[in-house]
Parts: sequence; C-alpha cells; structure tokens
Amino acid sequence: MNEALNILTRGFVKENPVTKMLLGLCPVLAVTTSAINGLGMGLATTFVLLGSNMVISLASKAIPSTVRIPSFILVIATFVTIVDLLIKAYSPELNQALGIFIPLIVVNCMILGRAEAFASRNGIWYSFIDAIGMGLGFTFALLLLSAFREVLGSGTIFNIPIVGEDASTILVFALPPGAFAGLGLIIAGLNSLEKKQGGK
Amino acid sequence: MTEILLVIVSAIFVNNVVFARFLGICPYLGVSRKLDTAIGMGLAVTFVMTIATAIGYVLYHGVLVPFNIEFMQTVMFILVIASLVQLVEIILKKVSKSLYNSLGIFLPLITTNCAILGVALISIQEEYSFVTSVVFAFFSALGFILAIVMFAGIREKLDEADIPRPFKNVPIGFISAAILSLAFMGFSGLVK
Repeated sequence: MNEALNILTRGFVKENPVTKMLLGLCPVLAVTTSAINGLGMGLATTFVLLGSNMVISLASKAIPSTVRIPSFILVIATFVTIVDLLIKAYSPELNQALGIFIPLIVVNCMILGRAEAFASRNGIWYSFIDAIGMGLGFTFALLLLSAFREVLGSGTIFNIPIVGEDASTILVFALPPGAFAGLGLIIAGLNSLEKKQGGK
Repeated sequence: MTEILLVIVSAIFVNNVVFARFLGICPYLGVSRKLDTAIGMGLAVTFVMTIATAIGYVLYHGVLVPFNIEFMQTVMFILVIASLVQLVEIILKKVSKSLYNSLGIFLPLITTNCAILGVALISIQEEYSFVTSVVFAFFSALGFILAIVMFAGIREKLDEADIPRPFKNVPIGFISAAILSLAFMGFSGLVK
C-alpha cells in the first residue's frame, strides 16, 4: 500500500510533469487563459493518460519491442479521438476554447513518456495509480497557472469577478507573453520554496 | 498572390508557431542551449513539416473526406508523421551522410513535436488550398527557426549572466521567452 501511495503522490510535487519534468508544455502555455480551460484541458489529458496507461500495461507483453513506440502512439491517438468526440458532443464551448489542442494531446510527451517509462513495465494496478497521480499533477499545474493568469489578466476566477468593476487588470497576463512569464515565475517560486524546506 | 503573401507574413511573424500559437515548446526549450544544434533542429523541422503537411493534405482530401471518416484525422496524421520521420531518416542515411550526421539525432524527436501535427491540423481547419498549405507549413517552420535561433543566442549569453538562484536555467528561459513574445506582439495588426 505504501508503494501505491508513493506512486500516487509523487506526480504532484516531486516529479510534477509540468514544473519538474517540463513535459507537455504546449497545452500548458496555450490554454491557460482561464481557470475553466485549464481544468478542462487537465481532465481531458488525465482521461487519455488513464486509458493509454491501462491498455499499454495490459498489452505490453504482446507488443514486439521494435514497433513499441508506433503502437503506443496508436493507442494514445485512439483515446484522444474518443475524448475529442466526447468534448465536441457535450461541451461545444470547451471545444471552441481548447481548439486544436485537443487533438494535440496525442503528441503530449508526458503521455508517451509515462507509457514508455512506467506502464509498459508495470502491472495494471500500479499503472492506473500512476496515471491518476501524474494526470492530477498535470491538472494541478494547469490550474495553478491558469488561475494566476486569470486573476491578474482579467480580474476573475472561474469567471467570477474578484476585483471592482473599474479596477484595471494586467492585460498582458491574459496574452501569450503572460503564459511564458507566469510559468517562469511559478517554477522559480516552487524552486525557492523547495530550497527553504531543504535547508531546514 | 496577395493571399499567399499574407499567409507568409502571418506564419513567420504575426502568428509565429512558438510565440503566438505555443506549438513546439518542448524542442524550443530542449535544444536551444547551443546555436548550432538549434539551427540543426530548425532545418529538420522545416523538412518534415513541409512534407508532412503536403502528404496530410492529399490523404485528408483524397481518402478521409470521400469515405466520410474525418474523425480519423488525428490517428492518420500521427501515423503519417511517424512513418515520414522514419522514411526521412532512412533516405538521409543512404543519400547524404553529412546531412544525416547533422540532422539525424533530431529526427526521432520530431515525431512528438506538436508543431508538425499542429500546423498540419491548422491548414486543414483553415481550409487552405494545397499550395497555400505547403507555403504555410514552410514559412511556419521558418518562423520556428527564427524563434529558436534567437532564443539560443540569448541563452548562450544567459549562461554567463549572474542570475538569482531560484531563476537559474528554466525559469529565466521562460522569462526571456516572455519578453521575446512581447516583442513579437508588435507584429500583430500587420495582417488581419
């Protein structure tokens, strides 16, 4: 049980796919203009990761190692197509906001990375937990950045205004440069927090 | 003619793949430590992106649309890109050893470069004609080269700068990218 707990929690801080391993950054930067988009993207990616991790951990013994990577990509692409169609059917607004970044989940290196580094070498139970941990870690990072950008850039959080009507906001955080700057500041902040904890 | 010109300016400056569309961030950060590797990666991307978009266009309009299975586009494009990368690797190895030696190590990385898939998908989404798609792909790749080469130049300088501890390496890279991106926003409005 301890092992499972360890796998589950490491995706959050210690091996966070975004802030620590710098994987899957394109959607992180592109869709984090509002907290809702960040959350939606995070959950869609988690779903794909969950599906691909479980299928790959079951099928890895049957796949010859020479065609390993193409097979993994095919499995991932299948789940991405499912998510794409689901979002199109149930939430047209989210589909509009995330745009081509939904089909682009397929080339999110975090998912292929987990398939190669973890799911193909472990049983289905651990792969399931790993997918949950990493997926939520990814979602957490997206949520952090998108909340940061939404509050500073538009003065709202989850579309609820938190500053007065006439307060001016820092528009640049809602625009592309704000994505780069925001992520840079967040990673630097986490770095210095970690330093402090390590020093004690 | 004007339409092609607009696509070119938009692809390089206004909607730059890295700074405005956020595609290809992983190689942008990963291989921009040295100027010459940045150029190598840029050339490999140009090569694959142009061919992948052309083949993708033909297959999408020649196979997926007639059979009414457009929802398979993600699967199809990723297969095209993966096999194309393998093919390019094999051909380069046979035809030009020197080109293979300089681009070879970047080719496997390109399969998971979202700029390739992204540009191919955008040109379908925008309903570009075949010629426009190819021009768009080629000049988007040039935009990528511009971005990654500028960034590599900055990073080589940053190595010698005195940077606060928590900002070392990656965070300062993001901050510089933000400033570059801010500069590129000056181009917006150039093309409607």
